[in-house]
Amino acid sequence: MGEEGQIMEYNTTELLACIASRELENGTSIFVGTGLPIIATMLAQRLHAPDLLIVFEAGGIGPKIPTIPISVGDSRTFYKAVMAASMDYAMGIAQAGLVDYGFLGAAQIDKYGNLNTTVIGDHDRPKVRLPGSGGANDVGSLCTRTITLMRHDKLRFVEKLDYLTTPGYLTGPGAREKAGLPAETGPYRVITQLGVMGFHEETKEMMLLNVHPGVTVDDVVENTSFKLIIPENVSTTSPPTSEELQLLREEIDPSGIVIGK
Amino acid sequence: MKFLAEGKGELHGWMHPDEARKWMRENKSRALINKLTTMKEAVQHYTRDGDYFAMGGFGHIRLSMEGIYEMIRQKRRNLIMAGKTSVHDVDILIGGGAVDRIDCAYAHGHELRGLSPSGRRAAQSGKVKIVAELSNAAFQWRFKAASMGLPWFPARIMMGTDTFEYSSSKIVEDPWTGQPITLLPACYPDFAFIHVHRCDKYGNCQIDGTTIEDVELSRAAKRLIVTTERIIDHEEIIDHPDRTVIPHFIVDAVVESRFGSHPGNMPDLYYSDEQHMSEWLSLSRTDEGVQEYMDKYVYGVKNHEEYIELIGGIEKMVYLSKLEHLEVPLDAPWARRGK
Repeated sequence: MGEEGQIMEYNTTELLACIASRELENGTSIFVGTGLPIIATMLAQRLHAPDLLIVFEAGGIGPKIPTIPISVGDSRTFYKAVMAASMDYAMGIAQAGLVDYGFLGAAQIDKYGNLNTTVIGDHDRPKVRLPGSGGANDVGSLCTRTITLMRHDKLRFVEKLDYLTTPGYLTGPGAREKAGLPAETGPYRVITQLGVMGFHEETKEMMLLNVHPGVTVDDVVENTSFKLIIPENVSTTSPPTSEELQLLREEIDPSGIVIGK
Repeated sequence: MKFLAEGKGELHGWMHPDEARKWMRENKSRALINKLTTMKEAVQHYTRDGDYFAMGGFGHIRLSMEGIYEMIRQKRRNLIMAGKTSVHDVDILIGGGAVDRIDCAYAHGHELRGLSPSGRRAAQSGKVKIVAELSNAAFQWRFKAASMGLPWFPARIMMGTDTFEYSSSKIVEDPWTGQPITLLPACYPDFAFIHVHRCDKYGNCQIDGTTIEDVELSRAAKRLIVTTERIIDHEEIIDHPDRTVIPHFIVDAVVESRFGSHPGNMPDLYYSDEQHMSEWLSLSRTDEGVQEYMDKYVYGVKNHEEYIELIGGIEKMVYLSKLEHLEVPLDAPWARRGK
């Protein structure tokens, strides 16, 4: 551990957790999935967003997560919670407009933020079978804004998904509404080990917002198979602080289950 | 109502609501009957080869593992599983040769532990067929439709995606908004296991913590086997009727199953056993390893008491209770591997 204020070494997972946690605002609600999203949420809850209302699909609502849960349904997800409810309740409040953010992960993403977590290759004869939608399609359909955390490379940032599990902006502006999905919903941020992406207000295409320290715009472009919108000004994210890192390592994930990877 | 689209997934578990009413009317006893039985008998009487079924809980949370082991011991075959966040349950059932088809919202994954070697191998080789895709909320609301005796339930999910294309749902034009809306087909599993904290001998059940999908699933299942950590007096139930989440008149069998969720988590009683999960995840990398696991933990024991002895006995369960109550730190061998 470094001295107070000194810049500490950190790994990619720690960086992602810190950057993602900073996107979360106090007083908002967020639907959280397994792994890195939980770490980021726990960090936000311990720093700038103590009143972050966390919603887990199995029914844990408003917990103070004590230590990293292995499952989004295990007992940690309703520790000191305001409610131990049900999936019907959690999904129902998301559909009713009460969940502001949703955290997602994916094996593939396209320029409209559509996600694949089902198969690599053909659906019926898959090269790799992944878990499927789980709650992802519901989060992507029903939460007001979604944030996707994933690794950034050409095999993952693809022109065409092998399978569209979870809706982003589908085929572009107006497509979500036309399909029947709730109005004013959709992808908000994509956070990777290279930078932070958003979506162009009019075209709904993915747009680079920030790069992480030591990463260039070219690095991001080279690792993206589709044409990413590059604005004139791309700022650099601030690296994890020693406070963030210490919380991650000593309190949130002391066994290194997620951040040790 | 204008019909707009239909998923190409196979439809399983659906019944006409009148047929379902008839089933419920004729097969569910409204009387207070002692339903206590053994796991062996419950599996013999209430599960059949080829059935479509669901497990309560959440894949590795509040799970009826003893029921799963007994189905494997009795060599249940060709089951279709409702893959509603199926995690360790489906993995073991595939490994044990009981499940060969999945109606899939989530399977082949072990959440934080990573992908399931065994389940994934089975899906990729074609040994296990994915009959349809859907989302978790879709399953929840399919059970909700069934629990209310409705043919379908509307939801604003899955539209515009391959998850819908491979589902057994339909999209219609909603007569109120004029916009497309998904209609999820009711789902009545042939049988379901639900593991609870306590119940009386008639099947009135209390659950601590989240109920997940079990309130609706319990009413949707054609045959419902409740497994319980503890049998309590009927008086305790009626003294606290607000705590009853599953009532006796939808329950077909009650089996006492102490530590029945191991190696899964049982909220407030014991956390998941990550040493045991690691052993399974390592062994299940090969078919031989799966067989070794089955020989040791399923076929090698006569009952759940012997199984609990084998996994470390009461000492292990005391440790898992401390872990549940945050008194000892988590040690997950599968996490160390990746370092």
